[in-house]
Amino acid sequence: MAITDAPQPDLDPADAATLDPVALAASTMPSDAATEVHEGQLGLLPRIGSVMRMSEVQMAEAADQPLDDENDQTMLMNMGPSHPSTHGVLRLMLELDGETVIRSKPVVGYLHTGMEKTAENLTYLQGPTNVTRMDYASPLFNELVFSLATEKLLDVEVPERATWIRMLMCEMNRISSHLLFMATNGMDLGAVSMMIYGWREREPLLRFFEKVTGLRMNHNYIRPGGVAADLHDGWQEDLLEYLEMLEPRLDEYHILMNGQPIWRDRLQGVGVINEAECLALGTTGPILRSAGSSWDLRRDMPYLAYDQVDFAIPVGEYGDCFDRYAIRLAEIEESIKIVRQCIEKMPSGDYRAQNKKVTPPPRGRIDESMEALIHHFKIFTEGFKVPAGETYAAVESPRGELGVYIVSDGSSTPYRMHVRAPSFVNLQTLPHLMENGLLADAVAVISSVDPIMGEVDR
Amino acid sequence: MADETDTPDETADPTESAASGAPVAYGAPLTLSTDDQRVIHPTREQWLLVASAILADGYRMCIDLTAVDFLTNPRRPELPAGVEPERFEVVASFMNHQRRERIRARIQVPADDPTVPSLTTLYPGADYLERETYDMFGIAFDGHPDLSRILMPENWEGHPLRKDYATGAIPVQFKETN
Repeated sequence: MAITDAPQPDLDPADAATLDPVALAASTMPSDAATEVHEGQLGLLPRIGSVMRMSEVQMAEAADQPLDDENDQTMLMNMGPSHPSTHGVLRLMLELDGETVIRSKPVVGYLHTGMEKTAENLTYLQGPTNVTRMDYASPLFNELVFSLATEKLLDVEVPERATWIRMLMCEMNRISSHLLFMATNGMDLGAVSMMIYGWREREPLLRFFEKVTGLRMNHNYIRPGGVAADLHDGWQEDLLEYLEMLEPRLDEYHILMNGQPIWRDRLQGVGVINEAECLALGTTGPILRSAGSSWDLRRDMPYLAYDQVDFAIPVGEYGDCFDRYAIRLAEIEESIKIVRQCIEKMPSGDYRAQNKKVTPPPRGRIDESMEALIHHFKIFTEGFKVPAGETYAAVESPRGELGVYIVSDGSSTPYRMHVRAPSFVNLQTLPHLMENGLLADAVAVISSVDPIMGEVDR
Repeated sequence: MADETDTPDETADPTESAASGAPVAYGAPLTLSTDDQRVIHPTREQWLLVASAILADGYRMCIDLTAVDFLTNPRRPELPAGVEPERFEVVASFMNHQRRERIRARIQVPADDPTVPSLTTLYPGADYLERETYDMFGIAFDGHPDLSRILMPENWEGHPLRKDYATGAIPVQFKETN
């Protein structure tokens, strides 16, 4: 360190402002930590040069330049926002040398609708209807993490059955989200039959969701205090029937894709990333796990009842597109295990907390009691007040760590709600993954990052 | 500072008491949030040094970075003694995968000079998160390699998540086509 002979600073906080911050911080830290001032993680990113720093205006200006065949070695190309393999409205600015990608920049925001601003005007009970529209392929996770954060602030205990229903539904949602990935990933790479199969298997799952929640997507099912409704009679049979259908079909996927030389050639060794790069870039979920880290919030920082079920965490070795595909396929199998355990162990009891502050009175009471009617009306118009404070809750969504940061001012609407969207942060890996790859492989890379633009743009 | 022998020998636990008795971690005041999360409150000047100490302590991932505009909130979350409340607050959270711990940092940013040093050399993953915070709150991050709007169009005026940015009745702006 350059400041070894700095004077020993006084610890009196009144003088703190006048002191050299470097010396102050060093002196108030433990002696061993003070010697270890980290020089930063930029050095862990050998491909940081592949990140394009060009604005849209500069890109447009570059397009107007006359062609100079002698000196123009690279080509700027625009991909998206309406391109079938950009998964919605992702736009990429690419710098190409022939067919090789040198630098790239993802351009996002085409789906921005100000959902974080909207959330400031919605009550905590209306909140899930808003956040569920962010990651539209796994809406229940959004509702779950919002509800967990709200419950932390409210200090409300959720009944055991509600916790297990949440876990069951989320794992089913993970299966449907990964099946959607299987479909789109296959389609992007030309395995068109895989697209049909992925959608075919996802469809009965969405019907099951409709039966439980009333809607195929954007359920508003998981709410602060529990879930909106109990599972219907015969849900176990519905699920077991589905799982029995799904399992042999996953074996078919293995035969169709894993044993397919063209499929392996398209994915293996493409879009490689290592663990240090993932950590430096904030990447979570299957991308981090493909690089060899077994980090999964469900096991490492358990929420709901994940500490009471058995499941494995599939980990990759090479960090390439194939590992990310294989991990998602294996995660479907692990989710099936969790769902089976949920069916076995589902406790009886209430599906929402019996807390008068949060829970509206049952329908039957409203006909009998004026007070119950007023209570019901108040909860759905004014909403319930949440104690002032700030909190962050996180869950492992199919795409990585999905977090919600809520600041409450004691009223019935959040003062600020921020969503830490895994797709948004994971998009930062794209230039690194694509560097020196072919343009055709860029499509495989986008697909394997599996961004959901509703969540990226919010 | 390894050769300074007269520094009082301190425990390996980064949470400790300074001379004033208030808890301190990484050189910044420490509090516990409503959800029992350790929260540090560095000043803007300290921020890079504190963040680098957090990184050296094994918090290898910047999980989240955002801001809150406390223009209208009379009941804001508590701050430790000695930390002056300002209009903006930048909130960052970090993850230590080995110890399975999180830590949150809240930095006060005044309205008349909304700038904060950028984390991007320490945590390159803060890149998009800082761009989003700049876009939504107009807080500039010193040293960021590409501080531009990310969600709103490049020529948008105003910063939507500020509390004095009204919702509703705003004519939709479109880019001019050429």
